[in-house]
Amino acid sequence: MSAAGATPPMIRMAGVDKFFGPLHVLKGIDLEVPKGQVVVVLGPSGSGKSTLCRTINRLEPIDSGVIEVDGQPVPAEGKALARLRADVGMVFQSFNLFAHKTIIENVMLAPVKVRGVASAEARKHGMELLDRVGIANQAEKYPAQLSGGQQQRAAIARALNMRPKVMLFDEPTSALDPEVVNEVLDVMTSLARDGMTMLVVTHEMGFARRASDRVVFMADGEIVEDAATEEFFTSPKSERARDFLGKILSH
Amino acid sequence: MDFLSNYDLLGAFWTTVQLTFWSAIGALVWGIVLAGMRVSPVWLMRAFATAYVNIVRNTPLTLIVVASSLGLYQALGVSLTTDKTTAALAITNFRLAVLAFVLYTGTFVAEAVRSGINTVPVGQAEAARALGLGFFQTLTLIVLPQALRSVVAPLASVLIALTKNTTVASAIGVAEAAVLMKTMLENEGQAGTLVFAVFAIGFVILTLPVGLLLGWLSKKVAVKR
Repeated sequence: MSAAGATPPMIRMAGVDKFFGPLHVLKGIDLEVPKGQVVVVLGPSGSGKSTLCRTINRLEPIDSGVIEVDGQPVPAEGKALARLRADVGMVFQSFNLFAHKTIIENVMLAPVKVRGVASAEARKHGMELLDRVGIANQAEKYPAQLSGGQQQRAAIARALNMRPKVMLFDEPTSALDPEVVNEVLDVMTSLARDGMTMLVVTHEMGFARRASDRVVFMADGEIVEDAATEEFFTSPKSERARDFLGKILSH
Repeated sequence: MDFLSNYDLLGAFWTTVQLTFWSAIGALVWGIVLAGMRVSPVWLMRAFATAYVNIVRNTPLTLIVVASSLGLYQALGVSLTTDKTTAALAITNFRLAVLAFVLYTGTFVAEAVRSGINTVPVGQAEAARALGLGFFQTLTLIVLPQALRSVVAPLASVLIALTKNTTVASAIGVAEAAVLMKTMLENEGQAGTLVFAVFAIGFVILTLPVGLLLGWLSKKVAVKR
């Protein structure tokens, strides 16, 4: 735990190991994300950053170590795990909007079914959120009728309608056409400004520099570097981070 | 053709329709439950449903229908009615037949629904779980509604097969179409071809619209991705 008297970090991972068969995908991960901080996780493909993101709400179980959200250990299964997940918003690379429901139904579903919020209230707050992400006029359409950028903004609104304590973004713009990437990043930037605690796995260096407080750089399942954003981009300490940035920022 | 009016053709086919209707509803429910058990996180449920489907699906229907009559009713005395009149036996046989069809056809429904579940992308269930929905909510609100839409066409085939399978109920004396056909063949041997044709057409009249209707429905409810 953190120092006595201080509030616990929103996310705490300590000594987390994860294997896919013989493959050691997370190696002794230690990470704390304080409340209100925006952390970007960078790293080459296969470095384990998506897996790290998915272990926090236990979409991927871990083999050893501790993960706590807001001071509570993540339960292994059952109702307690569902309760924790309700407080942790998640946005996926492939949006994963419910294909058989309209956008507003997607946004209303979990507050009504999980939290027991009245349908009218869930719809009202849902419409406010859709308005905020700029797609209130798409509310009655089905996901397949929207562009990728609109779908991802709807997915963000769906997560926010649960009034989560923290938001996880697992490569939210990687499946998008280049011209709509910014409309999603703009929504995320505004969310960061409003003080939401966020952990963002991404390849968007512009977003990382503009919106994050801190960068965690991963390679081969390990956290290689963990630094304030400006420091990471101007004077990376590790050879691997310098190499990675050199490849990405040179063009 | 005159002799046709001496027999209650409509009554016999009406029994076939009733057998099919109640069996279809029961098999749909039982099949969905079985499919749900096969994807459940509980080991025992998965094991039960897998064993049940594989055993019952591979058992001849006649055997199951006769076993429900001999085993349940005659040996164990399970009577499915409180009726005390002379109609009691007919009611019991009808219900035993429905039970047998539900137990048997449910396995085919379960396999169709399970293949439908496999067409729903994993991300749909992950998103539901990430929002805090439990297994049962994820299954009933997100996965099954999409799975069922994708298996309307295969379920139509199961329903058509069930309609024709109800003729097996004649083995335990339910007075449906096949029983009447047998009676007519015995009495009107010289017009055998005609009798066959009448019953064949009768079943086509029952099943053809079902196939067309569900084929249309299948396109209408398909989930766009």
